[in-house]
Amino acid sequence: MRFVSEFRDPATGKKVLQQIEQQLRQLGHDASHPLKIMEVCGGHTHTIFKFGLEGMLPPSIELVHGPGCPVCVLPVGRLDDAIAIASQPDVIFTTFGDTLRVPGSQKSLLQCKAEGADIRTVYSPTDALSLARQHPQKKVVFFGIGFETTAPATALTLLQAREEAVSNFSVFCNHITIIPTLEAILADPSLRIDGFLGPGHVTMVIGLEPYTFVCDVHKKPFVISGFEPLDVLQSLVMLLEQFRQGRCFVENQYKRLVQPQGNRVAQQAMQTVFEAREHFEWRGLGSIPHSGLRLREAFSAFDAEKHFAIPAQQVADPKACQCGDVLKGAIKPWQCKVFGTACTPETPIGACMVSSEGACAAYYNYGRLSTSRKLEATR
Amino acid sequence: MTSSKDTEHPLFQRIEGVRQRTGRVRDPIVTQAHGGGGKAMRDLIDDVICGALGMSAQQIQEDQARFSLAALAQYGDRLAFTTDAYVVSPLFFPGGDIGKLAVNGTINDLAVSGAIPLYLSCSLIIEEGLPMETLRAVLQSMGEAARAASVHFVTGDTKVVPRGAADQLFVTTTGIGVIPQGLEIAAHQLQPNDAILINGYLGDHGAAILVARGELQLETTIESDCAALHGLIAALHDAGITIRAMRDITRGGLSAVLNELAQASQVHIAVDGTKLPIRPEVQGFCEILGFDPIHLANEGKLALAVPSEQIEQALKVMHAHPLGQQAAHIATCRPTPAGLVTLDTGFGGERILEMLVGEQLPRIC
Ligand code: SF4
Repeated sequence: MRFVSEFRDPATGKKVLQQIEQQLRQLGHDASHPLKIMEVCGGHTHTIFKFGLEGMLPPSIELVHGPGCPVCVLPVGRLDDAIAIASQPDVIFTTFGDTLRVPGSQKSLLQCKAEGADIRTVYSPTDALSLARQHPQKKVVFFGIGFETTAPATALTLLQAREEAVSNFSVFCNHITIIPTLEAILADPSLRIDGFLGPGHVTMVIGLEPYTFVCDVHKKPFVISGFEPLDVLQSLVMLLEQFRQGRCFVENQYKRLVQPQGNRVAQQAMQTVFEAREHFEWRGLGSIPHSGLRLREAFSAFDAEKHFAIPAQQVADPKACQCGDVLKGAIKPWQCKVFGTACTPETPIGACMVSSEGACAAYYNYGRLSTSRKLEATR
Repeated sequence: MTSSKDTEHPLFQRIEGVRQRTGRVRDPIVTQAHGGGGKAMRDLIDDVICGALGMSAQQIQEDQARFSLAALAQYGDRLAFTTDAYVVSPLFFPGGDIGKLAVNGTINDLAVSGAIPLYLSCSLIIEEGLPMETLRAVLQSMGEAARAASVHFVTGDTKVVPRGAADQLFVTTTGIGVIPQGLEIAAHQLQPNDAILINGYLGDHGAAILVARGELQLETTIESDCAALHGLIAALHDAGITIRAMRDITRGGLSAVLNELAQASQVHIAVDGTKLPIRPEVQGFCEILGFDPIHLANEGKLALAVPSEQIEQALKVMHAHPLGQQAAHIATCRPTPAGLVTLDTGFGGERILEMLVGEQLPRIC
């Protein structure tokens, strides 16, 4: 644990915070003109929330919580498809725990489970493959979600399944990729982001090179960051330094884990198993070209979309939901009309309220604290 | 034709003798016959259950346990009465089993009111097909836990349900205790400046159960903290500590308990995240899986509120007890914002400590 605590040292944190404040002052930012930095990855949102970083940072910098929470961007239609598969006889539907409570158009997977579907939480796709081996008479489906962080594990599991010729295992593939997503966000004219904290785990897989367009074409500095609180603060310092020096590059703060070229084995496995879909629907962001992955023809025997009759309906996001604007950083979660009233962690309308990496859920918790603090101060 | 002579035949006497004998259960598994109300069930109760739980055949001749009010009144002036169902899976895990859990859990529910736990009931729902050995082992463990805590089983019930209608074995224990005169421990009594103490490492039980399920393919040395806490509580009373409020920290973890206390007393509870006792193994387990030990279940931990001037004395008493060696002062009550629990992250930030909306994990107790 020494490894972790090293990156949680409050004294160092304080020093780095002072440095950030100073840099912001030199850059001429204040509370009315804050510098806006988007963290792309839900893991960073989680760290920021868990360690209360937002409350420690000066008001002259604003963190915008981007679309990097894979649970949050899963569209209603795909969730309905998952529920349809899970409800079929002789199916064991396996999924990461955090998808269970995401609302579909009629119900969530959790409700579906209560109604009798055999839905099991797993911690990795290999667990799902083991289940398939243990229950040869059942059809075991793995709900593949996530960016390039989780996609390689799905790919490697599928390679394993093919090698062993496990015939009762399939994947309902909802994996997505980061680069088309960033492209879509950057192409949006309503976007107001000055720079990015880049996703550490995704970059471990894909490497630094794919991000260069963010700097070259869009002129936004991009720093790959680790997930400890000091990592995040340090990455902000690196971004601010780029602004101060008028530079614009992809930089790597997470050198202890991220190699510039990424992980070739993982890339190779993904390349073998997956291909890009023409379009993939995102909750809140609409359809983004080439952002989703599906199984290649050679793996169609393991493709749940080919085995099961699924509705494959596009379902509009709930009308009241402004998740898209939140994900793009156009509004803050509390500016959504239903935030904290109709939409709470108990009764989520949008998916951003479900996952602990979701911007709305994080704000629901943290925002209440700063509000009550302010009330206290005015008393 | 049978004559009176025939019934005196040694064969009949032998049969009669066998009929009178308390039955031995030789079946390798529990079947529906064991719940049928007939001889098989009598044998199960006599042979497998009563002995292990320390009940005499005489005691269970009636359908109810009977107590002398005068005898109870020696201990105090109010009864405490609680019930709890245990459905943990797996039945056996490092540090305990469903039986020990059922005894200690109910004892703890009584003890945190200040009550002296006295009597327990044991109600079993058995899925047919349960190995008899498993049932014996669980009951053995229940008996041992009860003896260790000086509480007595006085009544019970047994049902056998068809395969699939229950998962192996469910245990319900009900407990009666007596609260000594003058003792008032209640969730609404927290006052600003009161200190919240806990008696040791958080999250051991929850982590041990998760590992024991074998789904994580992790190997750890983490054991459940399953233990009866009334001895520790008695030591605090004996030392003259004023306990304003007390809860055992079970499902929902510390965060659930603190939120309940903050709500009931309308105070702000400020937790110092750096003071939380957490085993390095449990911390590591949580880092890997994205859990928070503060939400994990415990089965031998309590949180209590004491006036600030008694912090040191209370800690001293707890540190001297085997179940309180890692006791720590982890939080302080403040007047506002009322009803809220916050956590100083130790990194300079602060966040709200919410109760979990759903369960972090299914079926852990
Ligand atoms: S408050 Fe709810 S509906 Fe509004 S953006 Fe957040 S998750 Fe979506």
